[in-house]
Amino acid sequence: MKLTLSAFVGRIAFSALAALIGAAFALPLLWFLFAPFNARAELGLALPDPWTLSNFVTVFGNNFAVQALWNSLIQSVGGVILVGAAATLAAYALSRSSLPGKGAVTYILLLFSSVVSGSAAMVPIFLIVSAAGLIDTHLAVILTFAGGLLPTAMFILRDFIDSIPKSYEESAMVAGASPVQAFFDVALPVIRPGIVVVVVWSFVNIWGSFLIPFILLRSDDQMPASVAIYSFYSEAGTPIVTLLAAYSLIYSLPVIVLYLFVSWKFGFRFFGGIKA
Amino acid sequence: MASVEFRSVTKSFGSFNAVSDVSFSIGDGEFVCLLGPSGCGKTTSLRMIAGLETPTLGQVLIGGQDVTHYHPKDRQISMVFQDYALYPHMNLADNIAYPLKVRGKSVSERHGRAREVADVLKIGHLLDRLPSQISGGQQQRTSLARALVYPSQVYLFDEPLSNLDAKLRLEARGFLNHLQRDMGMTAVYVTHDQAEAMALATRIAVMDQGRIVQYASPIEIYRLPATTFVANFVGNPPMNLVEVEASHGNGSLQLRADGLSIAPLPMTDVIGKALATSSKLTLGVRPEHLHIAQGSAPNTITAALFANENMGPESLVTVDRADAGRVTARIFTDDHLQLGETVTLAFSPEHVHLFNSKGDRIPAAGE
Ligand SMILES: Nc1ncnc2c1ncn2[C@@H]1O[C@H](COP(=O)(O)OP(=O)(O)O)[C@@H](O)[C@H]1O
Ligand SMILES: [Mg+2]
Repeated sequence: MKLTLSAFVGRIAFSALAALIGAAFALPLLWFLFAPFNARAELGLALPDPWTLSNFVTVFGNNFAVQALWNSLIQSVGGVILVGAAATLAAYALSRSSLPGKGAVTYILLLFSSVVSGSAAMVPIFLIVSAAGLIDTHLAVILTFAGGLLPTAMFILRDFIDSIPKSYEESAMVAGASPVQAFFDVALPVIRPGIVVVVVWSFVNIWGSFLIPFILLRSDDQMPASVAIYSFYSEAGTPIVTLLAAYSLIYSLPVIVLYLFVSWKFGFRFFGGIKA
Repeated sequence: MASVEFRSVTKSFGSFNAVSDVSFSIGDGEFVCLLGPSGCGKTTSLRMIAGLETPTLGQVLIGGQDVTHYHPKDRQISMVFQDYALYPHMNLADNIAYPLKVRGKSVSERHGRAREVADVLKIGHLLDRLPSQISGGQQQRTSLARALVYPSQVYLFDEPLSNLDAKLRLEARGFLNHLQRDMGMTAVYVTHDQAEAMALATRIAVMDQGRIVQYASPIEIYRLPATTFVANFVGNPPMNLVEVEASHGNGSLQLRADGLSIAPLPMTDVIGKALATSSKLTLGVRPEHLHIAQGSAPNTITAALFANENMGPESLVTVDRADAGRVTARIFTDDHLQLGETVTLAFSPEHVHLFNSKGDRIPAAGE
């Protein structure tokens, strides 16, 4: 194929532009990977010289920072268990029962959930939580997140369960299983990939949240990592880049590990029904 | 094994009656087919025996016991689903043995029994595969194995062969036939395929729009169809139906229709009763009772050739009577016919079926 000169120049220009845009996105990532290992990290990108773990040593020497990671884990795991269990049971009931108006219920909840986790509802949520005497507890964060995430989780799962033929449980019951047995033996394993999606999604949501724990928690020993990151500032208000970088890397590890684990274990694949 | 009985069973979905006031009973060891077109209420009836639907009205009895409100698990039944409903996360051994697991049997007993049944069904070498790793025919046999792995009062089948290709279906049909005669199981088998029903059933219940129109042995359904609906549903191809205008006098019945030439038939009281409401009757002749004749003899239908399909041992010769419909004959001779050529199809009077204007059979003298 013959290229005209202008087309050739156009191509080069396009590739150069694409490379530039790619680099613009890659730079912060590279900084994120290099800075934690650089004892003299600044906001500019630089190769660590020498590579060192001293930033991490400092982070792990900081009790508050370590406690915050632990708090993040408690709140995320607590929220995930609540959301996962409640969404599974609710979605299963909504999918399999013949309640009139069950579709409307899901949609209305979905509508309100965007309000609950949005900043507009922060004042009422604060008032409710404080009336319940739960301010400054893990439970406050867990419950608030469960309320905000449940409707969407239910919606995702209901859609998933709707696509699974009822005949699975029916054949189990004909074979002698009670409805509860049929649920645990047959329905639950088939729904599991859907539950995994919901679990990962809510974990990432809670783990990364700032506003809700920031408002509902007071004492340092309850704060999750997302809030604790703000403590790595000097008295003058400038960030201590070395610690910030190391802590950020640690903070993002659980999410990455979770994704890797799930894709290794489940491959984000669904069993799917046997083709009729 | 046990008997099954429906007493005035009605099942409504909203204002729609999927099954209307159906009563029938199935004897111990009988193999009954529910036969009918799609949407006539076969699956709904079967699911009421299984306990997966509850009748709106009426009772369901199994082994003489009223089980209308029993949970499926308490009915001691087996069911093969149309989509097989194999559990995708269990291998074949666990799928087949699931009913035993529910009954609290030990792992060794479960797997031993699963292997026995699987060997009979020739899927013994696949026991550690997942359902997604075997063919459609093997999936079908797996679901059959799961139904046979424990003793049941009644075996229920919902179109179990409809997802198989033609050759496998014939093979599976023969196997089921052998199995039923061998085990003497009580079975209710839903199908829309009349050939399957004829081959398997000891009795067939032909259903139409939520009702049973005829419940009789395959031979009787074939020889003495109770209505034009049954006549037109059973047989391959089904019975030819020709609308005729009837008149009578001097103890004989004269039928008239375009292209039809028929000798007067003996008049009977039942025919007289039918004619009192309407002079329009329907004459039925099975395709296998028609043959090609020359000239315009009596007891013939004459019309232009529409299609000539060679099926190997036989041909299906169809003539077109324009607005009055088509008539098909199963011909075992090898005639060279031209499209559009006038063809005369002959029958003998003892093969004639008569139906009144509502479509109900008029019994011949001596029936
Ligand atoms: N759960 C249901 N809700 C509403 N209508 C139903 C339901 N199940 C079956 N029907 C209707 O009842 C009729 C009979 O259905 P079915 O028994 O499945 O027919 P068949 O098995 O003979 O094809 C159909 O018109 C079908 O649409
Ligand atoms: Mg059906």
